Amino acid sequence: MEKDVSISGYRRKDGRVGIRNHLLVIPTVACVNGVVNRVGRAVPEAVCAPHGHGCGRGGERDLVILFRALSGMIRHPNVGAAVVIGLGCEVSNTKTLLPMLGDIGKPLAVLNVQEEGGSLKTADKAIGAAREFLEELAAARREPADWNDLLVSVECGGSDAMSGITANVAVGAVADLLVDRGATVMFGENTEMIGAAHVLARRAVNDEVARKITEMTDRAETLTRTVMGDMAGLVISPGNMDGGMSTIAEKSLGCIVKGGTRPVMDVVDYGEAPKVRGLVLQDGPGYDADSMAGFAAAGSQLMLFTTGRGTPAGFPAVPVIKVASNSALYRAMEDDMDINAGNMVEGVPLEVLRDDMAAYMTEIINGKRTRAEENGMDVFTFMTVNPPF
Amino acid sequence: MADSVLVIHENDNVAVALRDLEAGEEALFRGKILATALERVPAGHKIAICEIERGGEIIKYGEPVGISTAVIPRGAWVHTHNLESGRWKRT
Repeated sequence: MEKDVSISGYRRKDGRVGIRNHLLVIPTVACVNGVVNRVGRAVPEAVCAPHGHGCGRGGERDLVILFRALSGMIRHPNVGAAVVIGLGCEVSNTKTLLPMLGDIGKPLAVLNVQEEGGSLKTADKAIGAAREFLEELAAARREPADWNDLLVSVECGGSDAMSGITANVAVGAVADLLVDRGATVMFGENTEMIGAAHVLARRAVNDEVARKITEMTDRAETLTRTVMGDMAGLVISPGNMDGGMSTIAEKSLGCIVKGGTRPVMDVVDYGEAPKVRGLVLQDGPGYDADSMAGFAAAGSQLMLFTTGRGTPAGFPAVPVIKVASNSALYRAMEDDMDINAGNMVEGVPLEVLRDDMAAYMTEIINGKRTRAEENGMDVFTFMTVNPPF
Repeated sequence: MADSVLVIHENDNVAVALRDLEAGEEALFRGKILATALERVPAGHKIAICEIERGGEIIKYGEPVGISTAVIPRGAWVHTHNLESGRWKRT
């Protein structure tokens, strides 16, 4: 077991705790990504979050997600100050966005390219604001924090036949440890709950939550059949079968095992912050990049991410711990992997791996950088429902 | 000797082969021989660690992942040839 499980962070005015104190530079719309990238080149300490969204969609569901994703990033507890770059004519323009943010209790600069006289002038002003904010952030000190200040998300992406046997089982053991320490743990990927909904529903804290779980997975299954038609069966593919998975329930169990075994306390919408502690499900997609954005918008300060084929993806301002499901991947992509769960095959007991991972996680919470943070592998994109107009 | 199989949950009646097991090889987990492979069990696939009656549940992750379609002897490879999805039978 870990000797010292004390953790620290930056307490924000809204009561949440950040485990990082980043300056975020974020566009409201894809059209001004170039300005954000220019600021990033001049101020490399800034965390930049360019994305492909912000306009061209009008349905209510997409608008809710758009504003939730952007405001969730700006208000994120790991963000100590933010520079928001707008265009002026976009759907998520700053005049609409800012009132939704309310008082965020941290330094904020807002610049619109159409008001500032173009991209270069906007970038120059943004660089000035960014440098000023960085000086303010440098004065902040870490304070003791509690595990119940944390919302840790678990995710799998680029899975292989070993993911559900090694990495997800080990991460599930850490998830149980986190819940027992008082933290909130969240996982999503509703398409990967198909066939295992009854298991999750049985673990629901009450009938209402059980009903939400069943409704979520039923919706995911109907949507999968509607969109994919005859290809829906590929949710369990011939490759899955070759890997030893016999049924969709078995495949889904291998996925949800990463959430551990504690009671399911609630189901929240994509990007929505949980109101309870313990294990919570997010009604979000299986696509890992979109799923992570939903966790971040909900205020998740840390993510545990298992992979079997190997993905380097991280997330802006949020440390992502990469757990390899097999030793061959760990060795092949050593620069991208934080933890090797493949060593279970070589005889390392689950309890040892769990405790090693928990100790590493505590170090990451307290400021050590993950591989994805070191390498600058941030990806920011989020779920959409309808096509662009 | 390193383990050749992994038992994910204590209630499981199948273990997962950590490497390809040939007929006659032992399914070893934490120093205990759980079964002797009756046939080839590829890495990542399931091997029965006790006899499973016809119509019995296949338990992995501590949960039923399927229903057996035949008597499955200890040491047998467990896959789509001897289990079916119990999914539509559950209410």
